[in-house]
Amino acid sequence: MGSNMAECHPVAFRWPLKAKTDHGAVLMHVDPRFTRTSAACDVHVPIRAGSDIVFLGAIINHVINSRRWNEDPFYREYVVNYTNAATLVNPDFKGTEELDGVFSGLAPDGKSYANASWSYQRNPAPGKGKGGLGPFSDLLLQQLPGRPKTDPTMQDPHCVLQIIKRHYARYTPALVEKVCGCSPEQFIKVAQTMLENSGREKTANITYAVGWTQHTVGVQIIRAAAMLQALLGNIGRPGGGVLALRGHATIQGSTDIATLYHSLPAYLNMPDGRKKHDSLKDFILTEAGPVATSYWGNYPKFAVSYFKAQFGAAATAENDYGYDYHPKITGDHSHMPMMLDMGAGKIKGFFVMGQNPAVGGQNARLQRKALAKLDWMVVRDYFETETASFWRNSPEILSGELKPADIKTEVFFLPAAAVAEMEGSFTNTQRLLQQHDKAADPPGDARSDSWFTYHLGKRLQAMYRDSGNPLDWGIRNLAWDYEPEAKEVAPWRIKDEPSAYRVLKEINGYTVADGKPLATFANLKEDGTTACGAWIYTGVVPEEGKNNAARRKPDEWISPNWGFAWPANRHIMYNRASADSQGRPWSEAKKLVMWDPDADSGTKDPAGNPVRGKWIAPSGEGIDFQPTKAPAMVGKDAALGFDWLSGNDAFIMRADGKAWLFAPAGLVDGPLPAHYEPYESPVANRVYRQQSNPVAKVWRTEGNVYHGVADPKYPIVVSTYRVTEHHLSGTMSRWLPWLAELMPELFCEVSPELAAEKGIRNAGYVTIVTARGEIEARALVTRRIKPFVIDGKKVHEIGLPWHWGWQGNAKGDVANDLSAMVGDPNVSIHEGKVFTCDIRAGRKGGRS
Amino acid sequence: MGISRRKFLKVTSGIVGGGVAAELGILNVDTAAAAAKAGKVPIKSGRQIPSICPYCAVGCGQIVTVDDAGVIVDIQGNPDSPINQGTLCPKGAATLQLVKNEQRWNTVKYRAPGSDRWEEKSLDWAMSRIAELTKKTRDANFNEFQDMPDGKGGTIRKRVMNTYALASLGGATMDNEWNYLHQKLMHALGVVYLENQARI
Repeated sequence: MGSNMAECHPVAFRWPLKAKTDHGAVLMHVDPRFTRTSAACDVHVPIRAGSDIVFLGAIINHVINSRRWNEDPFYREYVVNYTNAATLVNPDFKGTEELDGVFSGLAPDGKSYANASWSYQRNPAPGKGKGGLGPFSDLLLQQLPGRPKTDPTMQDPHCVLQIIKRHYARYTPALVEKVCGCSPEQFIKVAQTMLENSGREKTANITYAVGWTQHTVGVQIIRAAAMLQALLGNIGRPGGGVLALRGHATIQGSTDIATLYHSLPAYLNMPDGRKKHDSLKDFILTEAGPVATSYWGNYPKFAVSYFKAQFGAAATAENDYGYDYHPKITGDHSHMPMMLDMGAGKIKGFFVMGQNPAVGGQNARLQRKALAKLDWMVVRDYFETETASFWRNSPEILSGELKPADIKTEVFFLPAAAVAEMEGSFTNTQRLLQQHDKAADPPGDARSDSWFTYHLGKRLQAMYRDSGNPLDWGIRNLAWDYEPEAKEVAPWRIKDEPSAYRVLKEINGYTVADGKPLATFANLKEDGTTACGAWIYTGVVPEEGKNNAARRKPDEWISPNWGFAWPANRHIMYNRASADSQGRPWSEAKKLVMWDPDADSGTKDPAGNPVRGKWIAPSGEGIDFQPTKAPAMVGKDAALGFDWLSGNDAFIMRADGKAWLFAPAGLVDGPLPAHYEPYESPVANRVYRQQSNPVAKVWRTEGNVYHGVADPKYPIVVSTYRVTEHHLSGTMSRWLPWLAELMPELFCEVSPELAAEKGIRNAGYVTIVTARGEIEARALVTRRIKPFVIDGKKVHEIGLPWHWGWQGNAKGDVANDLSAMVGDPNVSIHEGKVFTCDIRAGRKGGRS
Repeated sequence: MGISRRKFLKVTSGIVGGGVAAELGILNVDTAAAAAKAGKVPIKSGRQIPSICPYCAVGCGQIVTVDDAGVIVDIQGNPDSPINQGTLCPKGAATLQLVKNEQRWNTVKYRAPGSDRWEEKSLDWAMSRIAELTKKTRDANFNEFQDMPDGKGGTIRKRVMNTYALASLGGATMDNEWNYLHQKLMHALGVVYLENQARI
């Protein structure tokens, strides 16, 4: 669901096809459009764009009320031990059934939630634990919560399973028909196939892409899938899970080692002026306190080692490792507000590297106009992208709305090296780091991206070297030495590329005293004796000169010696759950990680005898659990991290060691997924009185006008999407002759029914209009798109690929000129997969 | 793995390769025969360097072939990769055109404020000017403190050490190493508008 895998990730799609042809797997595609993926699947169920939570919630309802789920002991054992189904929630919690579509804690203005009522019921806090762990850990030990209360019979009305039962009771096949627009029979086929193919002997997988993320309820759609998989016992097991298909070569790496405003590398939060983050101690206690009973109990080590990597020798215990000199965020500085603030003149200088917001940005016209407000902009790319040329030939220039003479932006275009022309690593969508070697120098003045940032940093450090201003402490003391060894650059014309190896080694982490790489993040310290850029990558450079991302020995299954999967070469996260509560594989067919009671653990008891028992994985898979913690072992109450977790707490990054069916924290829009209509929808919400996500991010500003619910001017639903021949905003495909020729022109998929209503003919031009913009495209009239009947009303949808712009070999209007800036409240992603528009036959400006 | 892989390629080629032709309405294409023929295309010889596809996040292995003069002459799928086993999609298969492309710009271009044209500049001049602008913009717009809401209707003065005048966008197509260096430098300068494609 939410993915056209055959089109957008075709090589990955070979594997489900292989599962089908070789092993009889059933492939099901639930998607508004009939696509290449649908064509290759056993089942295609069309649902209206934006109705996914109804469909998934109804599967959850179907599963937990089924005879199979209630009678097969597998599900009970998995769910009671590995999820929070049995955990008791605060009696003050009220759900959507009681509050007609919202949860308890909604602020009087309806714009935000306080989540205290979503919390667990807990036993009394433990006594203060034994100290001596470290300056920050000892403080964490003093503020530990009591263990959550549970009811293993799952009968208590406040237990998570009962809350879920009540929450999804109204998500019936009849509701699916009414809201999603598919038949109850089609729905039952999918729900029953999922159920029957999940259990001791079999697992089922759910795969998604941005068809699920680009919504004002994006995070909650994915949570609904994760809940279903946890209920079905499909997490941590081979063939199970929820797989995100991501769209750029290292979009995973750029999330892990975040060039994102809210995150430090390796999922530490950014210091934030809105929180109690006034010192390093405050930062650690605020961030680690609520999660200290998970593996995040090591937060002090991760954080101190990050600051040591940042500021090197200048970072000391006395100066809080330079914490005071590190910036704090003060609000939402993500892409959309960034561009709005740019349009308002707040941002003066802009680095755009390998991204093309003039085409790819939501409400792209507004984003292009923002570029005209800058003092200066640096673009690094291969070709003269639309972002680079906005001042010269954008639609706003051609229409006369903007004139080059009036645009004061000083623009630099710096040519970039291609991947084959530089050394480095990418992290793929499965968390696998893979090295690419340098094959040739880039041409002319083209340089690697790392070259640009490294040399900019060197120049700036030289300019600030003599500054006595304490505000410049951070740049002056930045640890910034990545000079290559002579042998690294010997074969090349360009001699001043930074050493990719030295950067990766710092990301991996090392011992400060001797500079030796850390083999595992278990060796990190909170006393400043280790430095580590991103703790989750530790192990990629386990010893000096060894790069595990460059391992290239494949095998027939997990391939543990091909690249490096973070963390610690664990390809399937939470894989402790691939064994039962006693550590035995659930079945021979699905064995992965298991407890071997006789194996030598490598440790000795106080009498000097070897301690027996450890987790093993014959496939070579990394074990995502404490290596010697026996399944029956009970965690200590006054302890951090692994010491708190018990032998069945497979979900080691969760504060209770359980998969969260109910999210007591971490989400800003509710502890359970509930159906809200897209922000722009042709219909009223038939599930609750609450129309759309009450806390969705909206920016009511000039040029970003929204359509109303069932707006008669904009009655048609539009989804943007991709085709296999182009890559995103087209920078890496529209200039390539082969790809431009294969897919030369913007088109719009229209159903024969809508075409008949509007007088649109196949291959003729259509104009698509929203309150944000107007574009033209060729019509592709096809039965792949069909109108839905939603609660008795006909709803038309159209499909619109978004790869085109005015530059390159394949040119076309910018589809994102139509979309609005409106976003998911948790992660600020935009709602590109569903908004409303109107369509008419003919070209822009009334031409035909 | 040989025989089963050939069979596998035959099964899947209709989707990955033949789908394009079918979409364009070119009929009577025997995809199995086309796939067999494609297997006989001579692969250019030279030094082979392992690489990774620059497009989506599947992470297909590639092999870059370099001739005796050190010029990249071919980019193919890496048959050793357990991810793609030598196959590539239309974009991956076109990677060579990303490297060898007449429209690729290999020199620095500069557009002065208000100008209607690009000018050629040296890399050193551009780096020097960019560093100067970065410092100037940061220094003129740096915030040591900011009044933040205290949650009780008032405000509290917080140390923020940031600048709202600089912004950076991009990163999901670049190396992990660049992402690390760039966030490190941006944080050292106080930049908080730091974003990439992972957001959208």
